[in-house]
Amino acid sequence: MDLALAPETLARWQFGITTVYHFLFVPLTISLAALTAGLQTAWVRTEKEKYLRATKFWGKLFLINIAMGVVTGIVQEFQFGMNWSDYSRFVGDIFGAPLAFEALIAFFFESTFIGLWIFGWDKLPKKIHLACIWMVSIGTILSAYFILAANSWMQHPVGYRINEERGRAELTDFWLVLTQNTALTQFFHTITAAFLVGGAFMVGISAFHLARKKHIPVMRTSLRLGLVTLIIAGLGTAISGDLLGKVMFKQQPMKMAAAEALWDGEAPAPFSVFAYGDVEKGHNTVAIEIPGLLSFLANDDFSSYVPGINDVNKSEQEKFGPGDYRPNIPVAYWGFRWMIGFGMTSLGLGMLGLWLTRKKFILAPGLRTGEDEVPNLVLFKRKALSPRLGKWYWIIALWTMAFPLIANSWGWIFTEMGRQPWVVYGVLRTRDAVSPGVSQGEVLTSMIVFTTLYAILAVIEVKLLVKYVKAGPPELTEDDLNPPTRIGGDSRDPDRPMAFSY
Amino acid sequence: MELHDVWFVLIAVLWIGYFFLEGFDFGVGVLTKLLARDRVEKRVLINTIGPVWDGNEVWLLTAGGATFAAFPEWYATLFSGFYLPLLIILVCLIVRGVAFEYRVKRPEENWQRNWEQAIFWTSLIPAILWGVAFGNIVRGVKIDAEMEYVGNFWDLLNPYALLGGLVTLTLFTFHGAVFVSLKTVGDIRGRARALALKLGLVTAVLALVFLTWTQVDTGDGWSLAAMLVAVVALVGAIGAIKVGREGWSFALSGVTIAAAVAMLFLALFPNVMPSSLDPAWSLTVTNASSSPYTLKIMTWCAAIATPLVLLYQSWTYWVFRKRIGTQHIADAH
Repeated sequence: MDLALAPETLARWQFGITTVYHFLFVPLTISLAALTAGLQTAWVRTEKEKYLRATKFWGKLFLINIAMGVVTGIVQEFQFGMNWSDYSRFVGDIFGAPLAFEALIAFFFESTFIGLWIFGWDKLPKKIHLACIWMVSIGTILSAYFILAANSWMQHPVGYRINEERGRAELTDFWLVLTQNTALTQFFHTITAAFLVGGAFMVGISAFHLARKKHIPVMRTSLRLGLVTLIIAGLGTAISGDLLGKVMFKQQPMKMAAAEALWDGEAPAPFSVFAYGDVEKGHNTVAIEIPGLLSFLANDDFSSYVPGINDVNKSEQEKFGPGDYRPNIPVAYWGFRWMIGFGMTSLGLGMLGLWLTRKKFILAPGLRTGEDEVPNLVLFKRKALSPRLGKWYWIIALWTMAFPLIANSWGWIFTEMGRQPWVVYGVLRTRDAVSPGVSQGEVLTSMIVFTTLYAILAVIEVKLLVKYVKAGPPELTEDDLNPPTRIGGDSRDPDRPMAFSY
Repeated sequence: MELHDVWFVLIAVLWIGYFFLEGFDFGVGVLTKLLARDRVEKRVLINTIGPVWDGNEVWLLTAGGATFAAFPEWYATLFSGFYLPLLIILVCLIVRGVAFEYRVKRPEENWQRNWEQAIFWTSLIPAILWGVAFGNIVRGVKIDAEMEYVGNFWDLLNPYALLGGLVTLTLFTFHGAVFVSLKTVGDIRGRARALALKLGLVTAVLALVFLTWTQVDTGDGWSLAAMLVAVVALVGAIGAIKVGREGWSFALSGVTIAAAVAMLFLALFPNVMPSSLDPAWSLTVTNASSSPYTLKIMTWCAAIATPLVLLYQSWTYWVFRKRIGTQHIADAH
């Protein structure tokens, strides 16, 4: 059969397209929900108007984004059944449970309280309205946890047995599925990476306005919040990434060997900076390496043995029978590098930004700025950056927005493609997971429909975001500053227009 | 009653919740063309469901997730078998969700009109297709010994299932019209009542034929009882809207939906997806279900989470209990 049209090829492309697309919206939703909730908390506590304006501004961008996250998420709930029916039959006993938990606990939370938050400005007392956005935030984080527990089980199946009679895997220990170290480290890594996206988003948009000297008090606050988020999340991503890497070296040595294009095991093993290799022959033709670093990433020392692609392939052949157990090496190798490269670049730019815009620390008094001034960009104590360099910083800060998103996408592509040829590592091969009854024509149809629809929606979404970014934070009205004191709204004027309507 | 029977009931409950809630919001979407005289009235209609449609839709995701967890074989056969109709439903739900959120985000008339068109069609089409899907599930489809659907797309468009589609469309639109009469003030409220009355009568005729057909084909004593409840409730809902008792009418149209869905599930039991090729190949509550351990965990989760969901979703309806009219719609954004 023509490989390009093998049933699993199309189904995999479709899953890849719809899932990577879905995950462009997910990390921003997770982080912006919490950041918006934080800003609204600051408004409720301090009653400073800049916080309310910031809440409304970021809240609006959050809503434009979450709408896409929610609707593309619907496809995720059903496409296991559509394109992966044999997978669903084989693992439903285990994999279905966290999905159902996610819907019952997290999705209901998110979507009910988001409605209350959007329409509740003139219907709910201030603190209850605030609680609603926090509920949304909790919902997004719980949702991430359950789906990552499900994914972790595919990476490292635990707490199950194979029922030969029914021909399927069955759950024996749900608690273990929810709390295994793969799930916990993946959750830690994904959540920190999500906040990397949100922090960079805030930094980029604040920089856009500050470079134009617009909406200064709101954007100054937002820039700082964004930078701090970016740095904490960046450090968190690095730490969790290191932990997750160590877990992966043990659980999926093939994935990590592929990530490093380490063909043959070495002790000590080097970290590859650049490699170009011959997959057929199983070696690199060009390699630039840092000695010993890979041993450190895997085992916390600079001397231990790390198995290579050829070794693991051989041991898996002995264990699972003849076959090629190597994933797509170039994708794994470059995916791993782009993930780390883009993620850590955004962290670096965040650190630089926080230093340049600092308030007082090692800063000449004349360069300090007030609440309604654009912060000076100061590298050394007494000298601000030249206007030209300053302009460049704001432009780079704007572009920083894209970096964590690219890093997130490549992280997923790496971890999912790095697990191939397995869909459940060591248990079920991807080619045995597709729907046998679904024709290639059907898969192709749905792939074209989803891809076209998603492309159109992407254009619409980005244009809307740009419009609302440019519009800046809204002016506050009397009603904004006088929220109701009773649930359901005060009955001052029964014919008063709704604070928000579709 | 074993756990897989409990889960059969719970899946039915989730679908009842979905059709009860999203039923009226599909109906409202359809009514934007049938009831609204101008753009402001359209907005009144859309805003009656504004704060709640998203929460309503989660009942579907939960039904999907719970079917995956409790009856993996059912989930696999159903969604791989009904591939193209499900694709159409998914596309509709995607566009519909975006339409609600984005319509108001630009002032241009063209922009808003396009999203309004989208809201109408993406409410109408799933309202029909869910009926077609359930008609086919109850009637039985070509399932082979491997539990694979071996029919094609056109097999799903048989008279019985298409009638089911018309029933869900009219029933949801009726339910939506009653909901609108309950949630609005002014001129539109009166027209919603009048339209509900007409829609109710059409629904009654179609539903009576469809449910009787179901009863004759696959029914038993229990399904007959559910059918009688559905019919009586529907007549009651029509009578109540005629005399202007909107709250009662809405409650009764809700009971109609619940009883009709219950009837379909009772007609189905103990099958979950009967095979029209050989009864021995049917998916049943036993051969399609998960292990007792998984079902036990799921039962605990559902027992704790579902009452909470009902509680906070009801609270949402209470928060937005005030009726709205054209005067409540702000002009500019």
